[in-house]
Amino acid sequence: TLRLICTTTAVQRKNVGASGPEKYTEAFIKKQIEEFNLGRRHLANMMGEDPETFTQEDIDRAIAYLFPSGLFDKQARPLMKHPTEVFPEQRKIQWGEDGRPFHFLFYTGKQSYYSLMHETYEKLLNVQKHQDQLIAEDLPLQKEKRNLAGSRWLTKIELEEMLLEKVSDDDYSRFIQLLQKLVALPCADIEEKYIQKFSKEVPVQMQKVVIEPLQHDERGVAFSTGEGTRKTARATAVVYDNGTGKITVNGIDILHYFPVLQDREQLLFPFQFLGRIGKHDMVCTVSGGGRSAQAGAIRLASAKALRSFVTEKEVEFMRQAGLLTVDPRVKERKKPGQEGPRRKFTWKKR
Amino acid sequence: DDKLLTEPLRHPDFFSVKELFTLKDLFDARVHLGHKKGCRHRFMEPYIFGCRLDQDIIDLEQTVQHLQLALNFTAHIAYRGGIILFVSRRRQFCHLVESTARACGEYAHTRYWQGGLLTNAHIQFGPGVRLPDLLVFLSTLNNVFEPHVAIRDAAKMNIPTVGVVDTNCNPCLITYPIPGNDDSPAALELYCKLFRMTIIRAKDKRRQSEAIEELR
Repeated sequence: TLRLICTTTAVQRKNVGASGPEKYTEAFIKKQIEEFNLGRRHLANMMGEDPETFTQEDIDRAIAYLFPSGLFDKQARPLMKHPTEVFPEQRKIQWGEDGRPFHFLFYTGKQSYYSLMHETYEKLLNVQKHQDQLIAEDLPLQKEKRNLAGSRWLTKIELEEMLLEKVSDDDYSRFIQLLQKLVALPCADIEEKYIQKFSKEVPVQMQKVVIEPLQHDERGVAFSTGEGTRKTARATAVVYDNGTGKITVNGIDILHYFPVLQDREQLLFPFQFLGRIGKHDMVCTVSGGGRSAQAGAIRLASAKALRSFVTEKEVEFMRQAGLLTVDPRVKERKKPGQEGPRRKFTWKKR
Repeated sequence: DDKLLTEPLRHPDFFSVKELFTLKDLFDARVHLGHKKGCRHRFMEPYIFGCRLDQDIIDLEQTVQHLQLALNFTAHIAYRGGIILFVSRRRQFCHLVESTARACGEYAHTRYWQGGLLTNAHIQFGPGVRLPDLLVFLSTLNNVFEPHVAIRDAAKMNIPTVGVVDTNCNPCLITYPIPGNDDSPAALELYCKLFRMTIIRAKDKRRQSEAIEELR
């Protein structure tokens, strides 16, 4: 994060007056809840409904009916909700009637964070003591490796929500280091429950791409289909086995459809890469885009179709050669104040 | 109620603090060991017994007197229901100090001391905070070997202090200094044990006296 160095005095004056809104006492919140319940019953009577079965949705409807407001912002309209939703969940006043604070680390300022560090350190000492006992009795230390791959530690924001107070970046990194130190010890299994409070499962990553099996048409010839895109061109290709290397595009032979050699080379590249030039027949349909874009689209479609004919290793080779990746390049938009996507207007000195 | 408060003040050792420790206990816990001659602070010279092979030895007879005064004072504060704050900036003993404070039912601060904790309390914590009535320093220096900010702040806010001063510390602003070692784990465990026992004793006596008063 950036730290402001040259600041005005207005920014530096942070804690003038009470820090934030007034802290609510428990008695205050209780009184608000009683008033809310009374108000709910009055409202039910006013609307002519049963006070016992008056739900929050009924309250919202009643308020919208009695106090119609044309304000745009929904949060600015009249609102009647349970006090626990209205008053944010913040810490109520931390000390009792005689003035003594409840928590023993109150005077540090960040009591929940430091008590968390204290507890974690205590667990660490416990584990070390247990380890020493095992060594003294010459028993083997447990070496079951905890699966770290599927889990992650809590993020800073989640920790702030848990502790209900601000945590700085340094504090957060210190806490994570302490947890990692605890987990690294061999006998950390004892405190597994405690550690699980601070670790979350990472969802399973992208599934492996499923290669479709070969299909057979009426004559018994194996074939497979593939789709490809490039710029604005969309193509579908059907590759047949036991062929002579004939390729048809939109019902027209490639020699007539693609007069330019470069486009035909693009079409033949997947077959040439796998060494199967004369072995397959191909029938494709393509629409949109220009000459080169259509060629690229058909190339991708045919490569995808060929995956079903080929071993997994060769699929990996194709992927590394870039035959199976969709080309993400599209036409860049023109910006206002410029002639094209990058070209600026001619600069005239006067 | 008045009688409850004035009764302990008539006896010099109402809480029998002298029985809690002997000079031999202090010697076994290595309280008499100080730092080297080069680290010696000028104001600690009256408390030093002598110097052997460049290492300062603290006078345990003076330590015993100072410790008795300090423990008596803490006992009186705890008897009157005062807030005691244990302060120490040594990382090795942070856990020990916090557990002692929790066991007594008092408070501890062994972390980074934010500037306005005592002097700016009403803004940092909120209006109506009650400040500690006694600060107990288990080590007067902070991590950079300079006197802890809390000593100066407590003096500013008129809060009495009790502190374990080593040969490289400044005992000036502390109301009840205890010359002694603050580096060995054995010495610190002894201090924690003594403070814990005095505070618990004082609180028990308070509860007993209140119960006796109610019965009357």
